[in-house]
Amino acid sequence: MAESARQLSLQGLWYNNAALVQLLGLCPLLAVSNTAVNALGLGLATIFVLVCSSALVSLVRHQLLPAIRLPVFVLIIAGFTTCVELLLRAYSLELFQALGIFIPLIVTNCTILGRAESFASKNPLGPAILDGLMTGIGFAAVLLVLGLLRELAGTGVVFANMNRLVPFANNEGVVLFTHYKPFLLAILPPGAFLFMGLLIALKNILDKKLASRPQETENVAPGSKRVRPLA
Amino acid sequence: MPKRATYADMSFIQLLFPSAKNTPDTAEIMLLVLVAAVPGITAMAYFFGSGVIINILWLIACALILEVAALKIRKRPVLASLKDYSALVTALLLALALPPALPWWAGLIGIFFAIVVAKQLYGGLGYNPFNPAMVGYAVLLISFPVEMTRWLLPLSDTQGAPGFSTLLMQFLGTSAEMDAYVGATALDQFKLERGSLTVEEYWTSSMLFGVLSGKGWEWINAAFLLGGVYMLYRKIITWHIPVGFLTAIAVLSLLFYDGGSSASHGSPFFHLFGGATMLGAFFIATDPVSGPANNNAKLWYGLLIGSLVYCIRVWGSYPDGVAFAVLLANFAAPAIDHFLRQPRKSQHAR
Repeated sequence: MAESARQLSLQGLWYNNAALVQLLGLCPLLAVSNTAVNALGLGLATIFVLVCSSALVSLVRHQLLPAIRLPVFVLIIAGFTTCVELLLRAYSLELFQALGIFIPLIVTNCTILGRAESFASKNPLGPAILDGLMTGIGFAAVLLVLGLLRELAGTGVVFANMNRLVPFANNEGVVLFTHYKPFLLAILPPGAFLFMGLLIALKNILDKKLASRPQETENVAPGSKRVRPLA
Repeated sequence: MPKRATYADMSFIQLLFPSAKNTPDTAEIMLLVLVAAVPGITAMAYFFGSGVIINILWLIACALILEVAALKIRKRPVLASLKDYSALVTALLLALALPPALPWWAGLIGIFFAIVVAKQLYGGLGYNPFNPAMVGYAVLLISFPVEMTRWLLPLSDTQGAPGFSTLLMQFLGTSAEMDAYVGATALDQFKLERGSLTVEEYWTSSMLFGVLSGKGWEWINAAFLLGGVYMLYRKIITWHIPVGFLTAIAVLSLLFYDGGSSASHGSPFFHLFGGATMLGAFFIATDPVSGPANNNAKLWYGLLIGSLVYCIRVWGSYPDGVAFAVLLANFAAPAIDHFLRQPRKSQHAR
């Protein structure tokens, strides 16, 4: 169980990352990653919908006729998306307005339907929740990194307007470069594609490095074997 | 295959005007492009001062360093790639498209996107789907609209053109007194600030206009036309793309000239000898890598770019549109190539 949980987490976070490997949900990923606070907001909303819909799909999986399973999945996802939408509107109207259409569009995020269809509908509650959580965190992490990079390159500041999400945070964000010439391209849509491509390339490089690293030899418990002293 | 003459075998004059017909290799083509650009560079430097030269030298230096660095990281042979001079030509074309004495960091960002992103990340010379110089230009225009639309006014020395030291300060980003020397170009002015004047009325009211087109710009374009004709004579480009490009602009501007009324979009001469028309038609659109391969397709490719340039100039939100037109046409180049094959009979004749 522990081993399979570890596998699930690794798959969701890294090896089968929804954004970097499956390239699912690219539309919201590219559209709202222009600032860190937007990215974080959408990331959290996606995690919420993903975990809740995975859990519910897993619970009702035995009651579903195969022919109508997809409409039911979409209804469940849409229900939780509406929850998030109302919640966000009540909690932070500014962030809701900044994210705009991309909050309702969480329904159409293929990652969520993909996890419901391929995992949650075939597995018990526990693994389904864990899978939803890990896939969601993997997606949100990429979203956040992309948002940070684009905001930094575009404005020289990170976490501006953070008070939209965290009440006690300050408005100006962390100014990393003063007198920075705004590099508008990074905030505009082309910047999203550029930075996304660079992130995917970086992941591929890391994967190559990991694969070429020699397999770790089994740890030898001290005293269990005679170690030949170095000459 | 007979041994082709190399540089060592011929003098510079022989290289420029060879008596025997030989098909030049990449390095020769690139060198000849540089030579053909000399009249245009001279004209630009004459009208806009030493800022043009500062741009060219800075971008060439950056381009060579970035090219070497990218090739080292990609573990490709460095010298062989440097020797084809393509980075040099990219740097030159981008430098000619930029406003004179642009701050150094803007030029560096532009040439980085041209050489590293648009060329090396796609696999190096021959694999880039987009014209590298124009990618660099588009990145800069989108990112730094203020810096990129401040051209020097075509002032002569007696009218108080900025001196070399002022331009150098501007390049280093420390000069605050440039505002007296910079402004919109003739194309920009003509499009945005004409109001309800007829072409003739407006022409006499602004110092930006010359005989046929923008002051200075008409000579710069004529000089690039001269260089283009030289490239045609040396057969490093074919006539199809420039002719298509210029025909489209001429026909469209004639259609919408409207007799020079207050609704006119400018005469054919204004458009043919204004902005980056000739530089675009002969030097930029003719890039053999990002354009189509066969001649029939090249003609249509040229027509497409020319039409797009005119549309962007007249109805778009930018004063000139060569960069965006070329990039859009780059997208279309494989399709144009596919649908407009060479006529079949040429294959049977062989």
